[in-house]
Amino acid sequence: MGKVRGNLLPPALAILFSALLCGIALVVSGANPLTAFGAMVSQVGEGTTAVDIVNSTGVYYIAALAVAIGFQMNLFNIGVEGQYRVAAVVAAVFGGSVALPPGIHALAIILVAAVAGALWAAIPAILKVTRGVNEVISTIMMNGLALGLAAYLIRDDVFGELRGNNIRTPEIPSSGWVPGISLGGSGTIFGLVFLAAALGIGYWVMMNRTRFGFELRASGESSTAAAAGGVSAKKMVLVAMLLSGAIAGLVSMPEILGRDHTYNLNFPAGIGFSGIAVALLGRNHPGGIAFGALLWAFLDKSGLALDNVGVSREIVTIMQGAIVLSVVVAYEVVRRYELAAEQRRVGRQLGTVEPVGGAA
Amino acid sequence: MTALVEAPLTSIPPQRKKTLPGWALGMIAMAGAIVLLSTTSYLTGVPQLTSSGTIQTAVRLALPILLAGLGGLWAERAGVVNIGLEGMMIMGTWGAAWAGYQWGPWAALIAAAVFGALGGLLHAIATVTFGVNHIVSGVAINLLGAGLTKYLSTLIFFPISHNPRESPAVPKFDTYSAGGLSDWLKTLEDEQRVAISDVAGILRGLITGVSPLTMLAIVFVIGSYLVLWRTRFGLRLRSCGENPAAAESLGVNVYLYKYAAVVMSGALAGVGGAALVLNPGNPGYLEGQTNGRGFIGLAAMIFGNWRPGGLLGGAALFGYADGLQLRSGGKTFLALVYGAVLLLAVIVVWQLIRRRWFAAAAGIVAAGLLYGVYYTVDEVPSELTAYAPHLVTLVVLAVASQRLRMPAADGVVYRRG
Repeated sequence: MGKVRGNLLPPALAILFSALLCGIALVVSGANPLTAFGAMVSQVGEGTTAVDIVNSTGVYYIAALAVAIGFQMNLFNIGVEGQYRVAAVVAAVFGGSVALPPGIHALAIILVAAVAGALWAAIPAILKVTRGVNEVISTIMMNGLALGLAAYLIRDDVFGELRGNNIRTPEIPSSGWVPGISLGGSGTIFGLVFLAAALGIGYWVMMNRTRFGFELRASGESSTAAAAGGVSAKKMVLVAMLLSGAIAGLVSMPEILGRDHTYNLNFPAGIGFSGIAVALLGRNHPGGIAFGALLWAFLDKSGLALDNVGVSREIVTIMQGAIVLSVVVAYEVVRRYELAAEQRRVGRQLGTVEPVGGAA
Repeated sequence: MTALVEAPLTSIPPQRKKTLPGWALGMIAMAGAIVLLSTTSYLTGVPQLTSSGTIQTAVRLALPILLAGLGGLWAERAGVVNIGLEGMMIMGTWGAAWAGYQWGPWAALIAAAVFGALGGLLHAIATVTFGVNHIVSGVAINLLGAGLTKYLSTLIFFPISHNPRESPAVPKFDTYSAGGLSDWLKTLEDEQRVAISDVAGILRGLITGVSPLTMLAIVFVIGSYLVLWRTRFGLRLRSCGENPAAAESLGVNVYLYKYAAVVMSGALAGVGGAALVLNPGNPGYLEGQTNGRGFIGLAAMIFGNWRPGGLLGGAALFGYADGLQLRSGGKTFLALVYGAVLLLAVIVVWQLIRRRWFAAAAGIVAAGLLYGVYYTVDEVPSELTAYAPHLVTLVVLAVASQRLRMPAADGVVYRRG
């Protein structure tokens, strides 16, 4: 029972708290929060919103998995943001400039994206392992460099081409596309959403059924104990970071291979940071992350309806921020509470004196 | 490029050789930077490197970085890693614009500090009271700060400016110049004489069109140094960043000090945001205006080895690189690459004297590579120049991470026992 309470109660509380907070913000700014939330819920049934939510969930899911792998061993890969961007440009340029048979072409693009993401993540990983550079700072710097590199690579005198007001990489020929499931008027589900699901299953198997996953989690729980057990900390950092980067490289694949077929100036930004939030919300568990990704996608896409009822849709971003912050606080509070409860229980069982208040 | 100030590590006891005091090292570094720049400017024939206009722009662009870095310094000296600087800075830009267009620049500064401090308070509540991981809380505050300002600017600025991403124009500070001296330096600068004109250009850039904000920032740097290193309060604050358990055992209220430090950190980051809004080149608040400067501030602080003097050097370097490319573009920026080669040459000679063959060899290879870039490329693409600070930070971290010393308990969640 404690497990359910420890894992489900905090996010529920956090969401309620954030909704309440945003509700108050809406009331203060003169809007009716009930109409606003009602509009968001009813928006799901409108047009392509439901399908958009599914597609977006897949994208956030992949990003969050990439973050979660690092989190499992207390490695903060803040650089997912940069890794997926570099991977997207490199893969789009590669896909647009080679001719391969259908199927193999798409597969090759996906592979290139994963390798590009892993290589971009390898720089901070190597710096950390050989020079002891903190990965948070180095990945933040790599994010900046990724923006610059991407902007440079799509210049029309480098790899890009000018189309009206937009600059983009050469379009990937149809042999490299991944078909989706068309639902007529309500949109098309990206084929690669299933890649996200497969990655989730792979992640679960790796974490719970392989030696590597065990060593990863052990390093996260206690690096000294893991080292005593013969786990090489450096190797784990390197592998976890590369794996995280490779998965991060896949983040934009559903959109590029399923809809855009090119990297252009309208490329979505910030998915890496959303991925961090989603991974936190889901506590690095593949099921939890799926729920978090769904919530994020719902807030994103349904938020568009808010403009119709005269509410600024940016309230959704506030809500997302509030959810992350309150969920981590809630997890921490529950953890402390359970720790204290555990100590009391052990104390009773051992028959020692009743612990003094505040002993936790 | 020599603005790297190696401040003495007073906290490391005996075996260290007696080093020069920090201010002397700072002076030497500054003199070295001027010599390097004027040599580069002479050899490459690019006078803009030391023109007063470049320096003036550099100062303006260095301010936000410097203030954000100072914010980072306060928080990290008390043991709280503040990745949320960016978010606090964004809140500062909004606060500055909101108060600024109504009541003028001084109100803008105060409002920015208050808004930033609110962000800092949130970070303190999460990390100190609830023991949330510092990085996690920082990331959340960045998300929250961006969302909050977007919402507020649609709500409040949109009806006036008719653009949800922009505030109405904000009045700026009057700027001050050292009248006669500035004119005299201008004649010197225009004569284009080796070295003298360069020094004149740099000095003129520093004393012409100075905004009160610049003076305030300098006061903040010196004040932070005095408060953190020369008062009892500062000693206790830093002890919370080095060993909170020991500090607690000596009767220091660690939570209170951490709260004070992080709130102060947010306020400084907020003022950094105000420096962006009050920059004469900007009309006012603009969405996405901070553009990662909070992170650059953090980088400048690390570059400066968690010391105010070093931070000043880092901010100056990043601001200079930024100002140079903004004012004169990629061609001029290439001259900086040449300057870096010269700097590396000096370092190689130094390493050879100290008989550190491996370091010298690495320096030669790096210098060769950079010279290759300088020789083959006509112009650094403008897309890349903006990210020079990021690259410099990575290189500095890679080369000097063993010599940098962060507060011992930085980023460690402390819980009162």
